[in-house]
Amino acid sequence: MTLPRITSPHAKGANRTQRVMLLVMAAAVPGILVLSYFFGIGPLLNITLACSFALLFEAAILALRQRPVAFFLKDGSVLVTGLLLALALPPYSPWWLIAVASGFAVVFGKQLFGGLGQNPFNPAMLGYVVVLISFPVEMTAWPAAHSIDVAAGLQYVFFGQALPDGWSQATVLDSLKTNSNLTLQELWDSNPAFGLFAGYSSEWVNLSFLLGGLFLLRKKLFSWHAPVGMLAALFIMSLVFWNGSGSDSHGSPLFHLLSGATMLGAFFIVTDPVSSATSVQGRLIFGVGVGILVYIIRAWGGYPDGVAFAILLMNLCAPTIDYFTRPRTYGHQTAKRGFKTGE
Amino acid sequence: MNIWPIHPLRGGVHPPECKTLSNQQPIQTAPLAKQLIVPLLQHLGCSTQALVSVGDDVLKGQLIADSKHFISAAVHAPSSGTVSFIGPQPYPHTSGQLLDAIVIDTDGLDRWCPLEPLANFKEATAAELLEKIRQAGISGLGGAGFPTVVKLSPKADQSIKTLIINGTECEPYITADDVLMREKATQLMLGIDILVHILQPENVLIAIEDNKPEALACVRSALQQRNYYVVAVPTIYPSGGERQLIQILTGKEVPAAQLPAQLGILCQNVGTVVAVHDAIIEGKPLISRITTLTGQALRTPMNVECLVGTPVLELLEFAGLQQAKMSRLIAGGPMMGFTLNALSAPIIKTSNCLLAATAEELPAPPPAMPCIRCGDCAEVCPANLLPQQLHFYALGDDHPQLQAHNLFDCIECGACAYVCPSSIPLVQYYRAAKADIRELEQKQVKSEHAKERFEFRQERLRLEEERKEAERQARAERLAKTKADQAKKAAQAEAAGQQASTADDDVKRLKIAASMAQVALRKAEKQLETHNTEELKSQIEQLRITAEQAKQALAAINAAAPTPAPSKPVDDDLKRLKIAASMAQVTLRKAEKQLATHNTEELQTQVEQLRVNAEQAKHALDAATAAAPTAVEAAGVTEKAAKPELSAAEQALKKAKIEVAMKRAALRKAERAEADAESLAALQTELTQAEQSLAELN
Repeated sequence: MTLPRITSPHAKGANRTQRVMLLVMAAAVPGILVLSYFFGIGPLLNITLACSFALLFEAAILALRQRPVAFFLKDGSVLVTGLLLALALPPYSPWWLIAVASGFAVVFGKQLFGGLGQNPFNPAMLGYVVVLISFPVEMTAWPAAHSIDVAAGLQYVFFGQALPDGWSQATVLDSLKTNSNLTLQELWDSNPAFGLFAGYSSEWVNLSFLLGGLFLLRKKLFSWHAPVGMLAALFIMSLVFWNGSGSDSHGSPLFHLLSGATMLGAFFIVTDPVSSATSVQGRLIFGVGVGILVYIIRAWGGYPDGVAFAILLMNLCAPTIDYFTRPRTYGHQTAKRGFKTGE
Repeated sequence: MNIWPIHPLRGGVHPPECKTLSNQQPIQTAPLAKQLIVPLLQHLGCSTQALVSVGDDVLKGQLIADSKHFISAAVHAPSSGTVSFIGPQPYPHTSGQLLDAIVIDTDGLDRWCPLEPLANFKEATAAELLEKIRQAGISGLGGAGFPTVVKLSPKADQSIKTLIINGTECEPYITADDVLMREKATQLMLGIDILVHILQPENVLIAIEDNKPEALACVRSALQQRNYYVVAVPTIYPSGGERQLIQILTGKEVPAAQLPAQLGILCQNVGTVVAVHDAIIEGKPLISRITTLTGQALRTPMNVECLVGTPVLELLEFAGLQQAKMSRLIAGGPMMGFTLNALSAPIIKTSNCLLAATAEELPAPPPAMPCIRCGDCAEVCPANLLPQQLHFYALGDDHPQLQAHNLFDCIECGACAYVCPSSIPLVQYYRAAKADIRELEQKQVKSEHAKERFEFRQERLRLEEERKEAERQARAERLAKTKADQAKKAAQAEAAGQQASTADDDVKRLKIAASMAQVALRKAEKQLETHNTEELKSQIEQLRITAEQAKQALAAINAAAPTPAPSKPVDDDLKRLKIAASMAQVTLRKAEKQLATHNTEELQTQVEQLRVNAEQAKHALDAATAAAPTAVEAAGVTEKAAKPELSAAEQALKKAKIEVAMKRAALRKAERAEADAESLAALQTELTQAEQSLAELN
């Protein structure tokens, strides 16, 4: 009788990459539901298209790279990429826009670096930024809440037909940025896009993502450091630079926390383990960096929202942060930190 | 009861405990095996040598193997019977390799050898108790199996202030310590009393994980009036690791690559303490232990008191092994245990558990996925390492980075691999990397040794060459002298017949000698230009004088030559001058040689040598110049009488001087090369001997 020789540990925890990915997707459900409440089937169309394209591109390039296609498709990471990209894009995005974004995300953002675990940038954000820069018209066509003509939307998505008048509406971040003569009160009163604290739809969308994020935190999928770091930094920045409610106002802290992609970024993107810092302290720094950059871009940058840019910029810094935040090993007086370690 | 403050453990995991499988019934006694396989090495340290031979009858508890090394543990016969084989036998090790063992065919009588119990240990000294513990062959029963007596003998400057009795047993499945504490709490307390008597610590802490309430209660009730702390530590793996338990109990960290004794702390497993009790109070050596037999492939998982050497298969069958269901057999727990692939291997002193697991219980490891840098591993690492970074560097064989990330502080607890969502066998990577680095280090040490050996050989050859050169010189001088003597005799014979022609010849030769001395001087001066040292200068001065004298002698001879009458003494002088000239030549060669090595110390001895030579040459020349022009016969006669004796004495003196100089040089060289004390002492005695013989000659 031959018994197998296996090295310890023999016991194995229940956590798997696949489970991680499934949990992330599950946590996005409240957000998807709220988005669908406001925008009809638009977000679902986005998700379907983005996930399909992402899977397609992933399978193709895995085959080209001569990697086991089914094995890697099963891990679910590419579905998460597609999902997050779909949630970031405006509902009812044209199919080709989604194809370009997901193609770039999967092929250039992930597989060309070596696939799962090797990408320095968050693939979804990379794909998003590419289409944001390349196709500004389509990317600013956020539909107004509840004013959905599904047929027109489908025609726009698949056949490129022009959108009906009044279909799209500037987002609140955009409105605030371009506003130069109205006080905040006037702006709130005059523009139906504004809600209680932030956007009429965005505040609910953000709250639903916050809910999903708290679920993931409870499931211990990630530590609190990165999201709390980001939200705290954004809150403090918006508090420090909150110059009242005049026409040059950058908005209140609550406005920033509940606008744009804040919560999606904080709990679904900043927490991407692959492209963020790895040490606990590093993740805190990473999150804080994202929070600060988001505010800087929103307040003084060229784009209304800056979550994607902020995350990509911090992705660049992540390896350096890791070099300088190595923990002190048990039994050692000091931590070895800096670039020179081990040379 | 006093409360001892505890500190949190860094990291850690909570794998399913699965302890109720085996701790629901009292300790059973395993049936006596027909054959006991008793390995000679059951501990961490040096192996033992068998003290019995095949065919010997042994009694239970009889010493059958021991070692002279300190870090070793004696081996005793677990039962009475006959030694049937001594040699390679299966051994519980992950490699599956065989190891030398004594096989005893038991006679079923279990006859004890006479025991020497020591009921009142308090009257014994620590040394006596330690000797008894050593004789009982006790090594740690908890894990690594380090000889207990070594642990109990801390360095003089490291007195033990805190004695920690480790009853945490944090590995899932294992309950051997749990049931031991339940059933042998009294013995445990007495054992601790013995350790306290030996070590005199300030505090005694008995740490038990809070998932063992029965054990905690039993130990607490056995405590009675003793002022030991029974500390219930939170259940978390790996709280039972020595360094981790110290952190939990004291908040201190054992410095890297140091032992807990550095902090004045000593840890002993509860099983070891009970073994100490048995050894002292009952006089019984360590021949049995409590082993957990568990896993779902066993019908009746349990804890057994079994003899060392009992084959694994017999124990498992005693617990109702269902071989078809068993997919993996682990010695130890599911976190740090190793798989056994031979059921014939015996139980040894460190075997705390046999886990016969089914495929459902411990499924085959899933295929590893790429690391997604989730950082879960870093979060659970009790050593606060960065396992994912270590994994990357291990993949790339980046040894400097691995060491910079403190790979060797990894205790291989397996917490990282346990939580890894990508199912990466992280610990295996670390083990392999550690082995690679150790192997490379050993290779480096080897190559450094080889280099040292080579350099030493070169040095030895050089010294040999120097010695030969000195001998060659001495020989050449002797030869010159005998030649001169022969020539003298020949000249004496010839003197009667022909007179003028030889004188002519000699003048010619003398001219050559003088010019050669001149050349030697010039060469030496040239050397001086490049290597200007004080010694060289004086040496050249000497050479100049020698050359000058040679010239003068030539002039004197030239003046004397026309007179044919005193041809014999002149001839004699010429010979000696020739010697002087050749000596100058030799001097030159030596100077050149020494300059090549630039060794000032050696130059010094060389210059001494040169001075002697120059002195001699001067003497000879003085004699010649004095004798040549004047009254001839008398001088010739006296010279002839005195010279041979003088030269023999001088030769001996010179030789002795050379000897001393060489020995001194060798010693200095050895000192500089940091040779070991033994060879230095040898060189020193050689030098003193040479100096003595020189002094005698002087």
